[in-house]
Amino acid sequence: MTKVREADRSGAAPRASLPEIFWAFLVIGATSFGGGVVAYLRNVLVIGRGWLDEEQFLSALEIAQALPGLNATNMSVIVGDRLRGPPGAALAFIGMTAPGAALVMALGVLYASNAENPYVNAGLIGVGAAAVGMLSAVTFQIGRKQLAAPIDLAIILVTVTMVSFFHISLVIVLLTVGPLAVLIYRPRPGGVGAQPPE
Amino acid sequence: MQDQNLGVFGVFALLSVLAVGGGSAVLPEMKTLVVETHHWLNDDQFRDIYGLGQMAPGPNMLMVIVIGYHVTGFLGAFLAFFGFFVPAGLISFIGSRLWDHFEGSPWRRALQDGMAPLVVGLMIAGVIAIARTAINDWATLALAVGVFLGVAFAKRVNPSLFILAGGLIGLAALR
Repeated sequence: MTKVREADRSGAAPRASLPEIFWAFLVIGATSFGGGVVAYLRNVLVIGRGWLDEEQFLSALEIAQALPGLNATNMSVIVGDRLRGPPGAALAFIGMTAPGAALVMALGVLYASNAENPYVNAGLIGVGAAAVGMLSAVTFQIGRKQLAAPIDLAIILVTVTMVSFFHISLVIVLLTVGPLAVLIYRPRPGGVGAQPPE
Repeated sequence: MQDQNLGVFGVFALLSVLAVGGGSAVLPEMKTLVVETHHWLNDDQFRDIYGLGQMAPGPNMLMVIVIGYHVTGFLGAFLAFFGFFVPAGLISFIGSRLWDHFEGSPWRRALQDGMAPLVVGLMIAGVIAIARTAINDWATLALAVGVFLGVAFAKRVNPSLFILAGGLIGLAALR
């Protein structure tokens, strides 16, 4: 059954071997500096290797974004599984995380032994401020559509207020705002799909 | 020590499952648990370690490894990594196989449309959480605004170069 489904999903795409999957994700994991892993994934999986077509890539991305966890690792698990089942998922995940994890570990050990060094501190104060700038730009790019829609903007403001100003636990925010937001976008009778009435 | 290890695993496994919308959506909760609840790090260390994570390739929350390392050494580093990445990975594995069963369900669309603004809100809260530790004066604010404009408008420049530049400016300002 698993075999049949994998065949269905991968369609006519060339079959990837396990070492090829590991190597492809290792390269993405080692080169995707500066966030935006999705663009690197698309370059390698769709354009470079041709393992997925645009539509298959977007459908995997849609799932990766809807489930908890990071897009990068979720995509590695989902695409690895579709290409080669559980071993593919495991190898893609390891390839995706190993290079960055090794570098972060090395930086972390250096940081722990140099935490009092004024140059290290000054450098990291700059890095921290720059990271705020980058994260806000990424957030703005991802949220552009939602920030411009009044209903979405209201949901955003409620969420930010609860988390940042009232320090309400994330579990509670997810369990209250989540169902409410889905209810707002609930499927309407007579409508096609879940589009709210125009 | 054993309790600490268990604590590290527990905290990051919980954050893993809650990380709907990715890593930065879970930053405020991570900061609360790591800094305020467990006192594993202070504000400045949290900012520093978040910054370290931005200098590495791959998924942007690998910095959880360094947090674990600060609590119980290399075992803590491994447990933080395992706790933060493996539960969500397993959910993705199972979830993607189940997802196709709901193909065409109108509720799938409702779920996506409804969760999108919630995720954007959580990401903004993530920015606020990091900004509260990283923006202390006009200089850091100016640097953040500069990088924001750079990332937003100079799209061909790899964002990690801005992070590196931030570090160099920090160094230069000290001298």
